[in-house]
Amino acid sequence: MMQRIMRFYLDGFRGMVLGRTLWLVILLKLLVMFAVLKPFFFTNVLKTNYETDAERADYIINTLTRPPAGD
Amino acid sequence: MIEQIDLNQVNWARAQFALTAGYHWIFVPLTLGLAFLCAFFESIYVRTGNPEWKRLTQFWMKLFAVNFAIGIATGIILEFQFGTNWSNYSWIVGDIFGAPLAIEGIFAFFIEATFFAVMFFGWDRVSKRMHLFSTWMVAIGAHLSAVWILIANAWMQYPIGMRFNPDSARFEMQDLWAVISSPVAMSHFAHSSASGLLLASLFVVAVSSYYLLRGRNQLFARRSIAVAAVLGLFSSVFVAYTGDEHAFITVRTQPMKMAAMESLYEGKTPTGLIALGMVNPNKLPGDEQDPFLFKVEIPGMLSLLAHRQFGGFVPGIDDLLRGNEKQGIVGLDSMMQRGKIAVTGLDRYKKAKKADDAPAAAAALVDFEAHQDYLGYGHLEKVEDAVPPVALTFYAFRLMVGLGMSFIGLFLLYLWYLGKETLEQKTWLLRLGVLAVFGGYVAQQCGWIVTEVGRQPWAIQGLLPVTVARSNLDSGTVATTFFLFLILFTVLLISGVRIMLKQIAIGPEEVK
Repeated sequence: MMQRIMRFYLDGFRGMVLGRTLWLVILLKLLVMFAVLKPFFFTNVLKTNYETDAERADYIINTLTRPPAGD
Repeated sequence: MIEQIDLNQVNWARAQFALTAGYHWIFVPLTLGLAFLCAFFESIYVRTGNPEWKRLTQFWMKLFAVNFAIGIATGIILEFQFGTNWSNYSWIVGDIFGAPLAIEGIFAFFIEATFFAVMFFGWDRVSKRMHLFSTWMVAIGAHLSAVWILIANAWMQYPIGMRFNPDSARFEMQDLWAVISSPVAMSHFAHSSASGLLLASLFVVAVSSYYLLRGRNQLFARRSIAVAAVLGLFSSVFVAYTGDEHAFITVRTQPMKMAAMESLYEGKTPTGLIALGMVNPNKLPGDEQDPFLFKVEIPGMLSLLAHRQFGGFVPGIDDLLRGNEKQGIVGLDSMMQRGKIAVTGLDRYKKAKKADDAPAAAAALVDFEAHQDYLGYGHLEKVEDAVPPVALTFYAFRLMVGLGMSFIGLFLLYLWYLGKETLEQKTWLLRLGVLAVFGGYVAQQCGWIVTEVGRQPWAIQGLLPVTVARSNLDSGTVATTFFLFLILFTVLLISGVRIMLKQIAIGPEEVK
């Protein structure tokens, strides 16, 4: 059964024409997103700046209890 | 130390989210709608056994694949931004927001991905019925993805089914069913789903009209138009119905958004609907200026739409800001005071817990919980902060509704002339049909502008304004990633459009 499924996918991918271009676009896009954008530009700020959940919760509570600038 | 909120950074973060969400929404509705159209086309093929319908289905599936491939993963960028630009929001609502997104990824995506392979690879490998089933499952899977995302967005508009944990500073899910079955979620999904089918119908009509104008693939084009125009007519009427339903709910859950949609400052009984108008750019809440430079008003119509009866009161911006005792509307001042009590209560709770003072913590918690529904209002500086951009919301709403109504007429015309077998001679209509798809895209974007701009300043309605939801980042950092995305998505869009146009130019001839 597994072999039939594998063969199904292999034959399908081999038979692609337009699909090859589309897959190239998809793979390039994913590469840029996950290998460039995510690690270098989109770090999780709270995970980076604080080590424990307790510290993160503390920071958030401080933010939520900060009065508006006009007060 | 009191941090000054960098509004520049907030606005860059908003702009970045709007940019990426806007690009994402270029591809998603066509994926949703075209998946169903392909399923309908293939159903006709299986029913009739006519290989021309198979050829037709395969062509539209090719265009579906192009759109799907270009659009795939554009939504993931939005999730990146939650952790970076909106980390406070991400922490506070992660328990609620994360659940629908996780279900979407695990459940719906795997259905789509599995049957997607059968749909494209399985034409000569599986039975006709199995292949048709797979095509329907791709369409259903795509909508199952959409429903969970829209449930998450609806929760932001109308937060229910949760409680705030003051120790972890997070909202915790208490009632998943309440979140799923929220009236905002249901109407949101119905309207978005139908609008996808509407856009896809416009797309098929546009491409087919192009072929008729060129005098090529005429039978193919007429058949495509016949199905698309019927589904387009049905979906455009359903979009109008669900839009009305959604607005009916918005009057109750987000009255300020409704007031902005209508540029309504002073509610009255009955309230007229502004069909057309130009808002006064100098108008401010509470002043005596006319909200409009000119307007075409339908008397009493807004009351009818908002309350399903003539004579209902629809609150204006001034009613909501200052309060209206006669109508039982509590003013923003009062809500802000209650919000400040909630903020102070939370602060006292935090300090009492640190000092290990259990009685003081318990007392503070009572105060906080009594006023927690107004927590977000405690962060507003002045009542006017609760007013969203009125002009943008007003015009976007009118453009969306105007275009939506015009599509009903367009599909009726197509069906009329198709029935009279004179469609090919109506070049004016065919040209209009080609252009109308762009109107469909504009209407799609306008819908999200109304939804998201109309709910400002709230990241979560009434509970978390965007100024508190955002991360503490330098505005230059956010601006940099804004332009990175602008370049990336523009390149992606251009390449997607080029691939699509090439396939349209080739046409269905080469499909076996």
